[in-house]
Amino acid sequence: MSLFQLLNGLTFAALLFVVASGFTLIFGLLRIVNLAHGALYLFGGYIGYSVAVKTGSFVLGGIGAMAAIAAIGFVLDQGLLRFVRGNELRQVLLTLGVAFFLNDLALVIWGGDSFTVPIPEMLRGGTRVFGTFYPIYRLFVLGMGIFVFIGLWVLLNHTRLGALIRAGVDDAEMVEASGVNIRRVFLFTFLFGSALAGLGGLMGGAFLSLYPSADAEILTFSLAVVIIGGRGSLVGVGIGSLLVGLLNTLGQVMFPELAYFVIFGPMAVLLAFRPLGLFGRAT
Amino acid sequence: MLEVKNLHSGYGDAVVVRGASLEVRPGEIVALLGRNGMGKTTFIRSIMGLTPPQVRSGTITWRDESLIGLRPHDIANRKIAIVPQGRRLFPSLTVTEHLTMLKSARAKAGWTLDRVFGIFPRLAERRHHRGGQLSGGERGMLAVGRALMIDPELILMDEPSEGLAPVMVQHLESIILDLKKEGLSILLVEQNLYSALAVADRVYIMETGQIVHHGTSQEMNQQTDVLFKRLGVH
Repeated sequence: MSLFQLLNGLTFAALLFVVASGFTLIFGLLRIVNLAHGALYLFGGYIGYSVAVKTGSFVLGGIGAMAAIAAIGFVLDQGLLRFVRGNELRQVLLTLGVAFFLNDLALVIWGGDSFTVPIPEMLRGGTRVFGTFYPIYRLFVLGMGIFVFIGLWVLLNHTRLGALIRAGVDDAEMVEASGVNIRRVFLFTFLFGSALAGLGGLMGGAFLSLYPSADAEILTFSLAVVIIGGRGSLVGVGIGSLLVGLLNTLGQVMFPELAYFVIFGPMAVLLAFRPLGLFGRAT
Repeated sequence: MLEVKNLHSGYGDAVVVRGASLEVRPGEIVALLGRNGMGKTTFIRSIMGLTPPQVRSGTITWRDESLIGLRPHDIANRKIAIVPQGRRLFPSLTVTEHLTMLKSARAKAGWTLDRVFGIFPRLAERRHHRGGQLSGGERGMLAVGRALMIDPELILMDEPSEGLAPVMVQHLESIILDLKKEGLSILLVEQNLYSALAVADRVYIMETGQIVHHGTSQEMNQQTDVLFKRLGVH
């Protein structure tokens, strides 16, 4: 694999990390397999695209995408998911239904064409990385992935909110019995995780482009990342993103007709030996 | 202060607590004794608002206010804390985080990190260890410390002596008496008769979900034959 392809794998991994970290926060703490997460990614991308085109600002596009997707997350959690708490099968069916709904809604609003989020002037073009010419924007995505990882790591490990979230993953009832309204912690986590999907949509929309089935693709990859890494583990998502990102690029380059198998084959083998993923713990 | 009257509570169709009444007065240590499966934990969980079980009928009154239907965090914020059966520490949190997740480490009022470390020096030594890496005695101390950090007026302790070596049980008894001196009330659920009589002011005995006997510890001390029969010999 050349350096160019290695960087492609790493930048894709960074995007996956942003999306999948939101997924694993929700999965780990709330035990909700949110199959609408991919749709939130795509919807966030479309909204970010529209805002960025209207205002001419990539940053405003990002803020708009995150705020709008957090708002959709609020409606999803408070309006729908609260009625199926603790029932995993219903949650899966419900979020899958919401995914279909959001996709059709996006088709109505933005149509079936593919869009590419405009990249801000300063991130256009390429630069030399160890002698290889590489797009600046994709390096920016890599930087954002690292930034989000550090931010989440500090939040989870060095703040009281983070301690509450980890305690909630361990034993939500005991957090509640210690005087904390765990549902508020859950809601914050859900909104935050959703907002990360929205941010991912904008970031991905600028180099993978946005089109009607992009949500299912990113959702499949995110599921693989979280399953490999282990539920609710931030380091697990980091390692899982790297594995899936690099394997995906490797597969596309070396075995294009087996690209998916190169990811899901090793995942199946891993699960045979570590059913909870690399960093998963039984609860 | 805490008054439970004619409480019925249970799981699904099974009513486990069947008409139990009990009172805890300010600054008092009350022991609830009974063999395994007699409904003691169900009773405690019902007071704390933990579901299941579901409360069917009866009243739970705390400072002239009904606790029934309140969420556990509302009850905790009314200064009732729980040291649950099995301790239920958080494996992902360090000792310090168990204590500071509720209250800043710099807090000055009420119970603080330093004050808890003051009564449990052992926890201070292990402050960076995680919940899953502690010995049985340390786990018990941390569960009590975590409960103290909500500045409780009443602590519900569900078998705190469970699984502890005799020397640790004695240590725990002295801690409980120290907390009483601080003005706390404690409702202590126990299977261990002697441990309960050593600290409690009054004792209730529960059998198949009902209170079958109660009195002061002195009275109980004179009727150990009755107690032995009720509890199975200890």
